[in-house]
Amino acid sequence: MSNDLFNSFMTGPDENGRFGDFGGRFVSETLMPLILDLEAEYEKAKDDPTFWAEMDDLWKHYVGRPSPLYHASRMTEELGGAKIYLKRDELNHTGAHKVNNVLGQIILARRMGKTRIIAETGAGQHGVATATVCAKFGLKCVVYMGAHDVKRQAPNVFRMRLLGADVIPVTSGRGTLKDAMNDALRDWVTNVHDTFYCIGTAAGPHPYPAMVRDFQSIIGKEVRWQLEEQEGEGRLPDTVIAAIGGGSNAIGLFYPFLDEKSVNIIGVEAGGRGVNAKMEHCASLSGGRPGVLHGNRTYLLQDDDGQILEGYSISAGLDYPGIGPEHSWLNDIGRAQYVSITDKEALEAFQFSCSMEGIIPALEPSHALAHVMKIAPTLPKDHILVMNMCGRGDKDVQTVARHLGFDMSDTEEGRSAD
Amino acid sequence: MTRIDAKFAELNAAGKKAFVAYVMAGDPDYDTSLEIIKGLPGAGVDIIELGLPFTDPMADGPTIQLAGQRALDGGMTMEQTLDLATEFRRVDDTTPIVLMGYYNPIYSRGVDKFLIDAKLAGIDGLIVVDLPPEEDSELCIPAQAAGLNFIRLATPTTDDKRLPKVLQNTSGFVYYVSITGITGSAEAEATDVGPEVTRIKSKTDLPVIVGFGINTPEKAHNIASVADGAVVGSAIVSQIAAGKPVADVLAFVKSLADGAHRA
Repeated sequence: MSNDLFNSFMTGPDENGRFGDFGGRFVSETLMPLILDLEAEYEKAKDDPTFWAEMDDLWKHYVGRPSPLYHASRMTEELGGAKIYLKRDELNHTGAHKVNNVLGQIILARRMGKTRIIAETGAGQHGVATATVCAKFGLKCVVYMGAHDVKRQAPNVFRMRLLGADVIPVTSGRGTLKDAMNDALRDWVTNVHDTFYCIGTAAGPHPYPAMVRDFQSIIGKEVRWQLEEQEGEGRLPDTVIAAIGGGSNAIGLFYPFLDEKSVNIIGVEAGGRGVNAKMEHCASLSGGRPGVLHGNRTYLLQDDDGQILEGYSISAGLDYPGIGPEHSWLNDIGRAQYVSITDKEALEAFQFSCSMEGIIPALEPSHALAHVMKIAPTLPKDHILVMNMCGRGDKDVQTVARHLGFDMSDTEEGRSAD
Repeated sequence: MTRIDAKFAELNAAGKKAFVAYVMAGDPDYDTSLEIIKGLPGAGVDIIELGLPFTDPMADGPTIQLAGQRALDGGMTMEQTLDLATEFRRVDDTTPIVLMGYYNPIYSRGVDKFLIDAKLAGIDGLIVVDLPPEEDSELCIPAQAAGLNFIRLATPTTDDKRLPKVLQNTSGFVYYVSITGITGSAEAEATDVGPEVTRIKSKTDLPVIVGFGINTPEKAHNIASVADGAVVGSAIVSQIAAGKPVADVLAFVKSLADGAHRA
């Protein structure tokens, strides 16, 4: 089936960086030569065994890949339906899937002779991963972070600074992740000669969405052989499921299964306080419409006049008004299904994971888990469901405590964050 | 022949350089903005660049970002931006208006509807920062078909290999971005800009106008001396941001225009 190019879902993007009508290269002329260079360099690296050999070596010895595929037996039993596996990408070095992609981009930056790396970050996970890999290679690192996030994610800001990065609080616009991305682009336009922009999700101008997907696809590729190892040769998952902000962990899990018709694919967006007219959510697909921002055409939260709206979610990592263009395409052609989960449901799933499996999840995969909790009981026991546990929850403990009404102000940790 | 082509023919005949002024539509509010725009031709402005407010102006520095935010906070919309042009056209039918902004508000309205409305409002050209030649089928080609000029940015990173692609579907004039950076940041130097303008002019018959990093009458003079004209944006917008009366804003504009016209 995967040799059938005419019916393959894996051939995108086209030479213009399009997935159907989505994607593209909507950037200013100053940046255009840079992204064309990047594309050429990536195309070269992609077919270069020495590039992947370096990646494999670092994935294994620096990141700790492969991450385990873990049968969550108590969850499975408690929910009473589908057999649940968790892909443990929260066990990666730096605690999330972000590092998979950062390694690829930094190796590419080094091949291109770039000496200064810039990145945007929301919750700080991509910023920490970028600062980490830059430290490892001795590269200068500048991270743009919304001023509001700098305040509420103080531990990650300190981590980045320990790792030698300059963290620049962004006050332009409304001081959120999208504004951090705007400022990173402004930096790139200004420092075109020595700077590489390391984008944290599978969005932005071509070739970023494809490149980030390819680096994150290690997740789905591992799931394929790991599941065969545990369930027998040829056994595919029946459902794969992941949380989506920009959508890099999700596309990483989904991509290797796109041409396997028997595999259901479900992406879970952040529903915030509910997907309704008040826009107190970040569900770009469920509550947005196509538009152009940050270099690509994709579903966006926007008003009737095409002005971009701020999303809202308990999870800072999902708090982005757009989504990767490949997801927009998979949604429109119906190959993947996209649903949304509220803050409240995600908080319940967070606690469920802690008490059932002894895994403190990040709030992002808690959204995916909340959907697993909805559908697993309705599915037969031989239905195999693989969920990407894409990040660990240490960074979210304070947020969760606040929402559960637990007072941490007397603890050492509470004081240090204030 | 668009108003832009006619304007350059007129300037050429008079042996004059063009002075282009940028203001954000609806900054600080609709009425003041209209009053300023109506006063620009009298202050010596040859072409008006009207900023279309957008929440995420990725190529702009803080001055223009804040202007857009002020306009949006005051309830400015695409409809009102077009109204502003319509009202201006009642008192001035010759000064070209170039709408400058980002693609999403245009895409959101629908390209075909936007082009009809823009033409009716008396808009003459478009500068859309996030539409490089690679995306010409989106708006550039339909705009030219609708009789609007599509003015492209050429930048210091546009090398000789790429230049023909940038020039291919450009009309009206070429906007040379004098620096690698955002609006209102580094200062443009005539010694750097001159050879670049010559390089571009060797490949096109279109006028080459230079913008970004021009903020004084002297700079306007120096840059206009090595090009077909100069654009000033952030420096004018700063005056509006500071709450200067319209007469003072226009006096400042006049000093810049005089600088450029001395060239």
